[in-house]
Amino acid sequence: MSSDAAKGDRIRELMATEGDAVAENTRGFNRGRYESTGRLDDYEELKAEAREIKEDAIARLPELIDEVKASVEANGGTVYVADDAADANRYVTELTAEERDADRLVKSKSMTSEEIEVNEALEAEGVEVIETDLGEWVLQLADEAPSHIVAPAIHKSREGISELFAERFDLDDPPETAEELTMFARERLGELVEGADVGMTGANFVAADSGTMLLVTSEGNARKTVSATDTHVAVAGVEKLVPTVEDFSPFVELIGRSGTGQDVTSYISTLTPPVDSPVPDFESDDEPLADGSGDDRDFHLVLIDNGRMEMREDEQLKETLYCIRCSACSNACGNFQSVGGHAFGGETYSGGIATGWEAGIEGLDTAAEFNDLCTGCSRCVPACPVGIDIPWINTVVRDRINRGEADPGQTDWMFEELVPDEEPAGLDLATRLVGNYETLAKWGSRTAPVANRLSDAGPLRALAERVAGIDRRRDLPEFASEPLVDWFAARGGARVPAAEAEREAVLYPDTATNYVDVDRGKAAVRALEALGVHVRVPDLPGSGRPPLSQGMIATAESAAEDVYAGLATHVDAGRDVVVIEPSDLAMFRSEYEKFLPETSHERLAAASYDVMEYVFGLLENGGDPAALRAPVEGTGPVAAGKRVAYHPHCQARTIGVGEHATAVMEALGYDVRVSDTECCGMAGSFGYKNDYYELSMDVGEPIREQFGDTDRTVVAAGTSCTEQIDALLGDAPMHPVELVAPRE
Amino acid sequence: MSVADRSTFKRRLDSLGVIVTEGTESECAELIDEAAGDPAVGVELDAGSLPDRIETDPTTAEFRAAHTGVTDASLGVAAYGSVAIEADAAGTEPVSLFVDRHVVVLREADLVPDMPDAFEWLGPKARDESVDVVFATGPSATADMGGLVHGAHGPKEVHVVLLREGDAGGRDSVSSEVTADE
Repeated sequence: MSSDAAKGDRIRELMATEGDAVAENTRGFNRGRYESTGRLDDYEELKAEAREIKEDAIARLPELIDEVKASVEANGGTVYVADDAADANRYVTELTAEERDADRLVKSKSMTSEEIEVNEALEAEGVEVIETDLGEWVLQLADEAPSHIVAPAIHKSREGISELFAERFDLDDPPETAEELTMFARERLGELVEGADVGMTGANFVAADSGTMLLVTSEGNARKTVSATDTHVAVAGVEKLVPTVEDFSPFVELIGRSGTGQDVTSYISTLTPPVDSPVPDFESDDEPLADGSGDDRDFHLVLIDNGRMEMREDEQLKETLYCIRCSACSNACGNFQSVGGHAFGGETYSGGIATGWEAGIEGLDTAAEFNDLCTGCSRCVPACPVGIDIPWINTVVRDRINRGEADPGQTDWMFEELVPDEEPAGLDLATRLVGNYETLAKWGSRTAPVANRLSDAGPLRALAERVAGIDRRRDLPEFASEPLVDWFAARGGARVPAAEAEREAVLYPDTATNYVDVDRGKAAVRALEALGVHVRVPDLPGSGRPPLSQGMIATAESAAEDVYAGLATHVDAGRDVVVIEPSDLAMFRSEYEKFLPETSHERLAAASYDVMEYVFGLLENGGDPAALRAPVEGTGPVAAGKRVAYHPHCQARTIGVGEHATAVMEALGYDVRVSDTECCGMAGSFGYKNDYYELSMDVGEPIREQFGDTDRTVVAAGTSCTEQIDALLGDAPMHPVELVAPRE
Repeated sequence: MSVADRSTFKRRLDSLGVIVTEGTESECAELIDEAAGDPAVGVELDAGSLPDRIETDPTTAEFRAAHTGVTDASLGVAAYGSVAIEADAAGTEPVSLFVDRHVVVLREADLVPDMPDAFEWLGPKARDESVDVVFATGPSATADMGGLVHGAHGPKEVHVVLLREGDAGGRDSVSSEVTADE
């Protein structure tokens, strides 16, 4: 059993203590990202350019490492390539504590330095280490870890920081406002910087051609760290190398916008060290500032491998090295917004991409601790400035965890027939039950209503919670006794003959529509037929989404092959494939790329449509809107029927089909208000899990805030969204196609 | 530099809370005098002159006590309202950083439209001259203490003195290279 009570408790505790501050900040960053990237005319081109630079750089990494060594040495600096954290720390401490005999090292913010834990190594050698980034300094005083890779102290409130200062500095009248707190920190840190011997920075990018490093900052502490000390140590992962200085440009335009929603941060330092500035001698008041001391500066670039060169050889994890650590994937993530990096993170890194970093640097065990928190909603994918398929990395790591942790002794399944997958024996029951949802649904439908009654029975729910981790507060899906495919056959098939039809379409009977929410399938058939489409509803296998969500890649791949086999003839015959469940359409269009031959994937992706996208296309091409259902005319309570609240499915938005429903409803005269919540929080099976029930409800909370009091008719396309919104608002929404389809 | 770039640059600076004053090179000292607080330190300018009250060879004590630092900018990036501050032995970097107010002098001729232009400019200088350049956009800022505050470590205020083209002689090689690219 995978349910780890401690993990659930930890998440609940963090939601209570840090959740509100993290949510407010990350949602603010996320809104800022939309606004800031929206101001770019060439956003997609810049992302493509950035991606291309990273692909090239990682492909040529050994060559770039040699080149940067030569460049930095020609400038008078030193490059050290450290194999791992211990190697890097040995180099840095020898340089700082022994050669320089330094008492104090000041640091600007660097996640890589957190990764190698250089502070602890230096302190062990008697060097005082001071974090000068205000957020990092607060954490250093509080002895806490960052909760966000860019804004490390977002989990701390202003009041909390004030109390911390009062306690640490024994203040009777501590600073309270943000201004007072900042000025207090500026003054204290200013003094500490003046007396420092060595300055340490990270590097956001390093150009191999010139040895120029780029630092993205806002406070000016990195500038001071470098200016005020005569020895500069820069710590950077080897993946930070790019070929040329000109390559910096797209990243400078993207990194702030993608992260905190700033078009550019206050300071973009491009240093080709050793730098030329004089070193102010703060101990001699009469010494001139410009005393030629810039000539004696010393610079060390410590490039860290620590697992990265192996990640580069790993076809699945390699993409992680393209990450520029902007934090977009954290801010766009519903789960991250609710819990922050203290739950959704490993030893160093947090957010969606952290799974790749932690798996590569620390190992699968560390990644396994939080990898569950990626639900695959995919809202980070369009947010990532270098286009990393972050959910896929999470899926791959989950698959490896599944395989690595398999306990061969655990094979005597009471439900073996329910889990006919291609996964290793010993994979835990909850994972396999969800992964084999299609079989479960088929069985449930065949035995409904007995199955439905049993699924509501208290003792059975308690058992399900204990054995499979399914939270008993959730309503389980109620299986329909007549699946959509059977209903369609029983009604005599298509009502619009092929010969008279404008187009021919196969309505894909996804597992949820076929066995649970048959009504939306029937509505889709009516809507399509009303617009002159010859519809078929053949019996087809599930898309593989549930197993994929559990990291069961082999099972998902096999499903993809079966689905393609079932649809190929239809696609060849020129029939469109219309999909109701957005998570299944997202499989056809995105994930199947990994499972099918290129041509097969392209053919299926090109022939597939979201049902509302398809209706939109039919209307655009001369379909008669009068054939669909317009809102009821009138005033007073009747007018409410015209007003709609719509939550687009997360994956539908990612693949660009979230807005067609809005367009169709508006074309028919509905007044539509669209939810701006990235994901409802249910995310397939995620919200059913006992450990994550409260988290899932919290992620959906903004929907309740936005739509809770509305008299609007709520619509949503995904099955998960439907269940979640039912739980949040007390009433199940319908699919948009049920709103617009003519009545039976 | 085009008229559109100048207006974009000024609009961006305005949105960042940066005051811009404009004049000819001969008016430079006067504009700086109006913009600088007291006491003020500075670094000799490539174009235009400093008012006498700016200390250009400060001691550590004078540097530490300075309210305002006056420096050149090598380049301006119109689309972002950024100015490129180039470190040198005279102390442009510390003078622009350790003060409460940074008064930065930029010639309109050194304004480029967008970020790619800035890095086209920087590339050869980084490779050939090992320059250290900070692209500064507005004042130092932090949101780490529960609200946006200016002057976290660096200057709380920035004032740009923009020198118009037309009335001055010798442009140095930097500006002619840049304008030649446009």
